[in-house]
Amino acid sequence: MVDLSKLHEAVLNGDAKTATAVTKEALEAGADPMVLVTQYMVPAMDEVGRRFECEEYFVPELLLAARAMKGSLELIRPLLAERGAEPVGRVVIGTVKGDLHDIGKNLVSSMLEGAGFEVTDLGADVPPEKFVAAAREKNADIVALSALLTVTMPMMRTTIAAIEAAGIRNNVKVMVGGAPVTEQYAREIGADGYSDNAGGAVQLARSLIRKQAA
Amino acid sequence: MHPVIEQLLASGPIITDGAWGTQLQSLGLEPGECPDAWNTLNPERVESVARAYVDAGSRVILSNTFRSNRIALAGYGLAGSAAELSRAGAAISVRAAGQRALVFASIGPSGKMILTGETTEDELGAAFEEQAAALAAGGAHGLVVETMSDLAEALIAVRAAKTTGLPVVASMVFDSGKNKDRTMMGQTPEQCAEALAEAGADAVGANCGRGIAGYLPICSRMAAASPLPIWIKPNAGLPEITGGTLSYRDTPEQFASYAPALIEAGAKFIGGCCGSTPDFIRALIAKVAA
Repeated sequence: MVDLSKLHEAVLNGDAKTATAVTKEALEAGADPMVLVTQYMVPAMDEVGRRFECEEYFVPELLLAARAMKGSLELIRPLLAERGAEPVGRVVIGTVKGDLHDIGKNLVSSMLEGAGFEVTDLGADVPPEKFVAAAREKNADIVALSALLTVTMPMMRTTIAAIEAAGIRNNVKVMVGGAPVTEQYAREIGADGYSDNAGGAVQLARSLIRKQAA
Repeated sequence: MHPVIEQLLASGPIITDGAWGTQLQSLGLEPGECPDAWNTLNPERVESVARAYVDAGSRVILSNTFRSNRIALAGYGLAGSAAELSRAGAAISVRAAGQRALVFASIGPSGKMILTGETTEDELGAAFEEQAAALAAGGAHGLVVETMSDLAEALIAVRAAKTTGLPVVASMVFDSGKNKDRTMMGQTPEQCAEALAEAGADAVGANCGRGIAGYLPICSRMAAASPLPIWIKPNAGLPEITGGTLSYRDTPEQFASYAPALIEAGAKFIGGCCGSTPDFIRALIAKVAA
């Protein structure tokens, strides 16, 4: 019998080698891939997110955990796809036009993938129309916008306006983040949610998916 | 102590400069435009920013070369212009400074992470060496490795900067952790001060990040961990939105009111980062002279 608590621990400690090895062993022994994800890996990533939010974990720990999670998910995804399992949600993410900063956006992207979201990462300096096109094409539930500069923050508002103009504002929730962004600013530009860290972004994305479904 | 820094500090703490980006925006820099590209496109406007700080009384000014390393410039399609923009940027500040101030040219982060494999230590080393050599060729009197969130990258930049023989300041961003006293990667002020000193930095410190109040403990902790002069350049508070426009919370006078406590805590160089203006420098000078 494979000790699955080791999988939880390996993700939590960012130990990709052990995470992959335990996943492989468990799948060969006939474990349910969905159980591995929902009962061991996602809770581990949640704990990583919690520790990051409490600022016990820093970026290196977060990245290593996300990498461990990703390694295991690569083994599991094809099996879930065979069963026709749907992702937790579909997210289109990017740093807004005029802003080349992508470190924060990449962290959020990794954490969302780790939580079982299908993430389409458009990169940095993404024009509003590209967000709109990707949201349509991917049938996204969430569009996530990042900006690090005070001068590019207004581009978040422009991007939301483009989503509205395209007539798909009711189909997607918009979440925003980045160093200068505040809860107040998010409300002011008509975003559906804001998080100031990558762990919180996962919680936010989940709650937005629930609202979108309701 | 490096003779340039020793001479500077002989008469007491030095007031440096404030933000450049926000000043360039007020002169017409568009969002998304590369500020450093103005070193060759609009050198007279860049020089007017430098001159405004010299006129305000800055004894050390930086340069419009924060992103002039080939990795950061690649995002603007300007990787090949790193040396040209660095050299031009340093030369502009040197012209503005004249005999009134020294130029410690700015070296900012690459914007890429070693940890994720987006860049490598060798690539960073080569990019920072290229920039440092060009800044020296442009006439800089010193170099400032600033706004670093990863100690590993800062150490590479310091070693590269030291190859010029110029004095090198190394300044980190502390904006993470429960007490906002860690870098993005989790390093403490003590760890940074010790490692940067060992890499050859001639002064260590902190910039950007949060408002000025949080700099008091960071300053005294760095001073306790290292005998090097401490360099401090806080933001003018975090930006706030009032009626749809962005503004920074601190007034020059509020900001400057912290200067005596910072000096008490060991700061030898004080200036401002994002949101600060020549008025902040005038206020700092008035406060320190008082």
